[in-house]
Amino acid sequence: MSNIPSDLRYASSHEWVRPEGDGVYTIGITEHAQELLGDMVFVELPDVGDQISAGDDVAVAESVKAASDVYAPITGEVLAVNEDLEDSPELVNSDPYGDGWMFKVKAEDEAEIAELLDAEAYGSSIEEDED
Amino acid sequence: MTSTTAQRTALYNKHLESGAKMVDFHGWDMPLHYGSQIEEHHAVRRDAGMFDVSHMTIVDVTGAQAKAYLRHLLANDVEKLQDKGKALYSGMLNEQGGVVDDLIVYHFDATNYRMVVNSATREKDMNWLMSQAEGFDVTITERPEFAMIAVQGPNAKEKAAKVFSTAQNEAVEGMKPFYGVQAEDLFIATTGYTGEAGYEIMVPVEKAPELWQQLLDQGVQPSGLGARDTLRLEAGMNLYGQDMDETISPLEANMGWTITWEPTDRKFVGRDVLEAQRAAGTKKLVGLVMKEKGVLRAGLKVKTEEGEEGIITSGTFSPTLGHAVAMARIPATNSSTVEVEMRKKWVKVEVVKPSFVRNGKSVL
Repeated sequence: MSNIPSDLRYASSHEWVRPEGDGVYTIGITEHAQELLGDMVFVELPDVGDQISAGDDVAVAESVKAASDVYAPITGEVLAVNEDLEDSPELVNSDPYGDGWMFKVKAEDEAEIAELLDAEAYGSSIEEDED
Repeated sequence: MTSTTAQRTALYNKHLESGAKMVDFHGWDMPLHYGSQIEEHHAVRRDAGMFDVSHMTIVDVTGAQAKAYLRHLLANDVEKLQDKGKALYSGMLNEQGGVVDDLIVYHFDATNYRMVVNSATREKDMNWLMSQAEGFDVTITERPEFAMIAVQGPNAKEKAAKVFSTAQNEAVEGMKPFYGVQAEDLFIATTGYTGEAGYEIMVPVEKAPELWQQLLDQGVQPSGLGARDTLRLEAGMNLYGQDMDETISPLEANMGWTITWEPTDRKFVGRDVLEAQRAAGTKKLVGLVMKEKGVLRAGLKVKTEEGEEGIITSGTFSPTLGHAVAMARIPATNSSTVEVEMRKKWVKVEVVKPSFVRNGKSVL
């Protein structure tokens, strides 16, 4: 039911990854994830320059309901973070794939991208969750 | 999530029409939110919102000994109620001084009262009311033929007035807080669970969807359980089952003000235990404020400066204040701060009276 754009890649822990070219990838959480969490009240992001490894908990999305870790879907260096989320965490709810992005990573090994789920596989994984 | 046995209120279809996310709430299929619980919260603080509270249990207590029965049953004293329609908040205690439920009782005359008790405790409450009625000439009657809509916010009364008939508007004209009046087919009360002005309206089940629609047409924002919880918490109002229950004394739940000790010969249920507790001292329910990032949540451990432990009973991000607030039950402390264990770190937070927002404004 929720929107899963076909041009993105996904982690089963509900992050999405968008290629921006030159080995740079934008990362956020999926519409399904924000629906589960409800209204976002704080987003804690990594620092620019941080070296992160796939699977690390690197950010926290805190909603009215719960604090939820956000995991790095790929390994690399954090190039930018979405500073708008400091004052407007609700962007994660209103536009999870656009203005609600969280951080950008320069990938160390672009082969990791191929290991992520495509839209169809992610869609199946969240359907299983609901069963 | 939604079990096939969950009960639906008369407004179930209205919730779906407004895009509600429905959840199971103690056996009732209720709206959690209609998109954004924070926007609903702000609507109630700044304009007008409405809640379906039809799941709550309405009970009429009538008969020659109705007053004597309630003076036995409740820790607060219905003797205080002299005006027709005047309401009172009270705990209903067990013999151990624990809170069986909290409720509102409306007084019509000494033989005629109406109570509103919680939905989650309906069966337990009805059994308790019946068992305590033994020896009293009273009749206890549930009123499931009424739905209930709470309309709350600074513009709630004005918007409701456009929906009320002339006679209903005359009936509520100048009505002070904590009163209720039967006006044609509606019972309209100046009560609520948000810290804002407004009404709680009992309406015959078959007329509830129409009333809801008329309020919707006046621009009243449908609001779900999510906003209801953040609003009541900001207002410092207890939630039964969370801030107190059968094992908790009203003295430990910021309900001391609801206990009427005088006259001393009124032997309400639980009185002896409360007197002993009052003499010995009890834990207190306090407010906590944390201005740093993060959210205080129910269940988190609290440590006083004296090194004693307490617990957060309710916590949330306060949409009105923009930071976390909580209620916590803690041992007596001389300090204005305590520490809360958050994500394995002890964080210092401020201790305040358990009331944070009233009439749209911070009271911190």
